[in-house]
Amino acid sequence: MSVSVNNFSIKIATVNGSGSQTSNQILLKSLFRTGIPVGAKNIFPSNIQGMPTWYYLRASEAGYTGLQLKADITVALNDQTLIDDHQNAQAGSVFIFDSKSKNTFAASRDDLFYISVPFYELAGQASEQVKYKKYLVNSVYVGVVSELLRLPSNLVEETLTEFFLKNENVLRQNRNAFSLGVKFVREKLSDIQLPIKIVPTQKNSNQMLIDGNTAAALGMLYGGATFASWYPITPSTSLMESFEKFCQKYRVSDDGKNNFSVIQAEDELSSICMTLGAGWNGARSFTATSGPGLSLMHEAAGYAYYAEIPCVIWNVQRAGPSTGMPTRSAQGDISAAYYSSHGDTHFPLLLPGHPEECFEFAQLALDIAEGLQTLVYVLSDLDIGMNIWRTNQFRFSDQRFNRGKVLTSENLEQMALQGQRYQRYFSAESDGVAARALPGTRHPDAAYLTRGSGHNIKGVYTEKENEYIEVVDRLEKKWQQSVLVLPEPVIQDQGFDVGIVCYGSAAEILLETIQLLAEKNIHCDYLRIRSLPFHSKVKEYIQRKKMVYVLDLNQSSQVFDLLKVHYPEYWQRFNSVKHYSGIPMQAIELANRIAESENKNKGADNE
Amino acid sequence: MSNSSLTRADYTGGKSTLCTGCGHDQITQNIISAFFELGIDPYDVIKTSGIGCSSKLPGYFMSKSQGINSMHGRMAPIATGAHVANTNLIYIGISGDGDSASIGLGGFAHLIRRNVKMIYIVANNGVYGLTKGQFSPTADKKSILKSGRRNFYEGIDICSFALEMGCDFVARTGSSNTKLTVNILKQAIQHAGTAIIDIVSPCITFNNHEGSTKSYDYLKEQSLPLVEVIHSLPAYDAKDKRLAVRLLAEAKEKEKILTGLIYRNENTEPFHQYTNLTATPLRELNEQQLRPSITDLQKLIQSFT
Repeated sequence: MSVSVNNFSIKIATVNGSGSQTSNQILLKSLFRTGIPVGAKNIFPSNIQGMPTWYYLRASEAGYTGLQLKADITVALNDQTLIDDHQNAQAGSVFIFDSKSKNTFAASRDDLFYISVPFYELAGQASEQVKYKKYLVNSVYVGVVSELLRLPSNLVEETLTEFFLKNENVLRQNRNAFSLGVKFVREKLSDIQLPIKIVPTQKNSNQMLIDGNTAAALGMLYGGATFASWYPITPSTSLMESFEKFCQKYRVSDDGKNNFSVIQAEDELSSICMTLGAGWNGARSFTATSGPGLSLMHEAAGYAYYAEIPCVIWNVQRAGPSTGMPTRSAQGDISAAYYSSHGDTHFPLLLPGHPEECFEFAQLALDIAEGLQTLVYVLSDLDIGMNIWRTNQFRFSDQRFNRGKVLTSENLEQMALQGQRYQRYFSAESDGVAARALPGTRHPDAAYLTRGSGHNIKGVYTEKENEYIEVVDRLEKKWQQSVLVLPEPVIQDQGFDVGIVCYGSAAEILLETIQLLAEKNIHCDYLRIRSLPFHSKVKEYIQRKKMVYVLDLNQSSQVFDLLKVHYPEYWQRFNSVKHYSGIPMQAIELANRIAESENKNKGADNE
Repeated sequence: MSNSSLTRADYTGGKSTLCTGCGHDQITQNIISAFFELGIDPYDVIKTSGIGCSSKLPGYFMSKSQGINSMHGRMAPIATGAHVANTNLIYIGISGDGDSASIGLGGFAHLIRRNVKMIYIVANNGVYGLTKGQFSPTADKKSILKSGRRNFYEGIDICSFALEMGCDFVARTGSSNTKLTVNILKQAIQHAGTAIIDIVSPCITFNNHEGSTKSYDYLKEQSLPLVEVIHSLPAYDAKDKRLAVRLLAEAKEKEKILTGLIYRNENTEPFHQYTNLTATPLRELNEQQLRPSITDLQKLIQSFT
């Protein structure tokens, strides 16, 4: 048996609502603290208690932390899925199961290495209270697995302690359970040598482990968001709950007053409208939602566009039409956001690829919204939002917030003295942005009635063709110009003929895919889009390639379609690769799909 | 806030484009009177509305006040967000019966539940005027449209509904009753939380015929001033919620329009108070106040390693 160093993946099958998440995270963080790059994907049900959950934990010396379904170790703690988990185990892998499960399945595969552990019995020994047993099984498993991996037990115990600090009783019992797991391995399984090995290293010194929703909440905190309204919806809920929690800690002034307001609304119609109301009145405001909520927000989005109100919608995408699969990931809302609302509307979109960008784009989105006086969409997804990623440690920005063009009463007075009259919706400037006087500005020229109905440059109701066109043409220009302040694509161009174009959470599998392809003697580079409308560098990149694989994590090839619409002259170069099962795409899958296509092309060339 | 040097002309707005004889134009005049008589500086006032005939009103008064004519049914959440962003201004909203009781009922209910400090007028004529006279949900059961169509649905009573949602200022008046309307508006302006004023305001074009229960004639004949009902209740000072509920129910049974300040709780606690919100307008908070320090960030990062 060859031994793999710092490269392995573990699949842990548990029942949701059993507390297994905490244990999974303890194991993940302990591994992270050995300095090895790690990643984790939680495949969980839309349910509170009793349904199957799988946790895929991956360690990779090279930093390839994307999903890898082929596990070197399976920890089968869920009787409901035991038969399947057993059947799906990879040949040559280790299969760890509860001793009692022998009654329900036959450990009969000769290509697996079985380890039987009395998890439930040990959990029973860890506490005299029966009700804790199902929870404590998880800490037993952490003890067993970490000891099998020869992780330093003090490091794991320290991590475990951090997780249970709040409750001494719970901490004590989990420590017991953990120690019993460790002890069991030392006493009963000491001769077992796993085919994987951990050698501590220093790869995580500037890294952190965080999910994208928490990162976004921190970004909104550091970006100066003062108002947020939301309606609970998976997978965006944790973003707002984190934001509120951070505000309670960091945004209460010395006199005990809150320098923020977070309102849980009655529905998404109201959450976006409250956000707009606050944005209209000068607060840096945002809402967070997911697909069904996004659908409800479209009317208000058009209002924000036409009345030019700054605000941010952070949409954490989930899979499927309608209710779909709330706990599965996708990038299915790109078109819905890009073409959001009725009539002629256009919005800037930000597409973060990992938690670090969630932190940065949250701050940026607020600046762009106020800078351009428009609604900005940020499209994350469940994979980034709810899974814990290894990401660069966040950088502090001491830049001033961009509050946009705001006219004070002094500015208005100055203008009046020069014989100019403030016109809310007029701009002669190249960015197309018209200055606004905020509500409450004490000057006779300041007031106007904001409206979503047809209006002229003064904001006065109109149905005159030329007056209407003058305003909407400026809005279109403003949107076109937004590329100048939106994040450029990330490009790695080594001059190969073949390129991958992708966006969002696909960032995690890019480098590994390119490596896997190189091993097959297929060489390609990549461009990762980070915003829409398309930056000119996207076109330039396409021009340099003979073949462009456009990866969409949706069924309808949404960005592939957008590229064809915007760059029809290159339509023959575009090749759509899509993945829409709800779980993140694996690098191996993407590499195989591209290799298959490339080999076919080569075959065709040879004919 | 009070500015005695202002004249009535400082409270006027653009020319109305409503039908001649519309009750809503009377509401406009009543609003102008109330703010003028209290000497409130128009710069301190924010006007909000939804969509519909009612929602055009912010264009017709106090043109020096900023305003937002929002979306159909969305005045309540828009006003909520606006108010939270700057609690130092006075917010007055003019919505309609379709806007608040139909498409916007959810937002309307929850604004009241939250007790957002604002004057919330429902210009109530029982029909959709801008789309030519369909029934709205406040139309009384069995009232008849101009076309002869009869309403079979229970009418939503704005005041009863507001009380049920926990409103601490509930009043009803008729648009033509200038004295009462101005009086109630002045009290509403000084109320600390959500003040709901249901103003029965006849639609001269689509709902002013026989068989309508929102016509000028019906309003004149069937109005039941609260003062008349309660003359036998000397202690009545609008603080008794149970009595308010009962009086509204009795008036409905008798097919009367109960008018007056029906309920008021002076100890109301508005949203911005119980959420401990800063009095500083949110837009005035700067980087220093909003952005935690680099040290805080480093500590946060530590907790994620």
